[in-house]
Amino acid sequence: MNVLTDNLSLYGKGLLGTVELTVYGSLLALALGFVMASFRVAPVGSLRVFGTAWVAVLRNTPLTLLFFAVLLGLPRFGVVLPFQLFAVLALGCYTSAFICEAIRSGINTVPTGQGEAARSLGMSFGQTLCGIVLPQAFRSVIPPIGSTLIALAKNSAIAGAFSVTELLGTYKTLNELGYSIIWSFVWIAVGYLIVTLTISALFNVLEKRWGVAR
Amino acid sequence: MSTTGTALYDIPGPHAVRRHRLYGVAATAVILAVIALVLYVLFDTEQFTAAKWRPFAYKGIQEMLLRGLGNTLKAFAYAAVLALVLGGLLACGRLSEHRAVRWAATVVVEFFRAMPVLVMIFFVFVALKVQPLPALVTGLTLYNASVLAEVFRTGVHAVARGQREAAYSLGMRKTQVMAYVLVPQAVRAMLPAIISQLVVALKDTSLGFLITYEEFLHAGKLIASNLDYDLPFIPVVMIISPIYIGMCMLLSRCATWVSRWERRSVKTEAVEVAPAEPGMLLPGADATHPSAPSHRSGPKTS
Repeated sequence: MNVLTDNLSLYGKGLLGTVELTVYGSLLALALGFVMASFRVAPVGSLRVFGTAWVAVLRNTPLTLLFFAVLLGLPRFGVVLPFQLFAVLALGCYTSAFICEAIRSGINTVPTGQGEAARSLGMSFGQTLCGIVLPQAFRSVIPPIGSTLIALAKNSAIAGAFSVTELLGTYKTLNELGYSIIWSFVWIAVGYLIVTLTISALFNVLEKRWGVAR
Repeated sequence: MSTTGTALYDIPGPHAVRRHRLYGVAATAVILAVIALVLYVLFDTEQFTAAKWRPFAYKGIQEMLLRGLGNTLKAFAYAAVLALVLGGLLACGRLSEHRAVRWAATVVVEFFRAMPVLVMIFFVFVALKVQPLPALVTGLTLYNASVLAEVFRTGVHAVARGQREAAYSLGMRKTQVMAYVLVPQAVRAMLPAIISQLVVALKDTSLGFLITYEEFLHAGKLIASNLDYDLPFIPVVMIISPIYIGMCMLLSRCATWVSRWERRSVKTEAVEVAPAEPGMLLPGADATHPSAPSHRSGPKTS
């Protein structure tokens, strides 16, 4: 128990790092995933190809390799950013592929008749998109996005191994200070449980509010 | 891939086709420009000099990479087999009729699903002071087994209820119902999901890099940090990533292929009948060509 009380600020800093990585990574992943999904359903062939390639490549890349390439590779092109930003970039790009697929299948669940009805009422493309298709897609997309973001929070642990301040990395300091390794890991596990359970609770609320009634 | 399936667009008319073509040209130009920029940066920072690529022609380096790849596949094979076995056991536990067993299995599955794999791997590696390979395999097994247990359980629940009821009413016992009726159907239905989870396991073997397991990425890192070869980091990434991505894509392709094979049912398959030919006669009308009218080709593979 005193592993936690003695090192509350260290754990706090680690937890904050994990939360920051998760939040920024999620925002980047959601934005990028949305753009890629719009590419994948676009009527323009080259954009579709680009979106498909983006998803196929990133979904099949091990995240460690991506971290390796981004954190150690980009500096060789003279791109020097704080490691945390690199980590967010890697996490966000990786997760965007999964978000893209979730959004795309969400859009595809909207029946074609909905769009046809909207157009026959004289709605413009923007009106059809914002008033008809996206609201319905949003409802069915909540659960898969929730589980993707939970995966992102868990994946952020890899950043710790690349010397970004986050929860898993705290074990090194505690180990050097001579605390019991088992207990320090127990509290790290609790920290991750807090983060993942918070995300899942948040998405449960969203689902209850807007999800598709089953 | 066509857009006619979505609710977003109508089938384009001549105007829209022209506009889309214009967008297409613009988008292609932008994408090509980005690719050109990347290539320019690569050439500008001298990533394609002979000094950086020469090491890959050396036998020792090639063997090192292959050894790394072998270690990656070894870890994957161990983790996959153990995860499938443990996942099966956990699924049995979750489906058990004894509350204590069910409860214990649920706790295990939920805990290991909520934990990052890396935390488990580090815990086994650091706290239990195990060699890198067993640590990696343990972490991967625990995580993937819990996910697979859920997959198996969903599969068993997804089998139509009548199947279970019919089996029980035939006098089968619980184990028989499971082994002969539910599990075969569940595994068949869940095979794509199981293979997708194995892709995750394959990708996660690269986490071994972080605990100094001498796998593929580790071999790459050793080459990349060699001063004699002018630090060929980018060439290493360019060689390693296609191999990793290729392996995972191959396995994913298996999943898609299996799911397509799965959807193909023998019962609903349209039997291809040879088109009638002018000389063809009705069955029984001509005894000299008994096989001609009832000609059937095998199940169509689409």
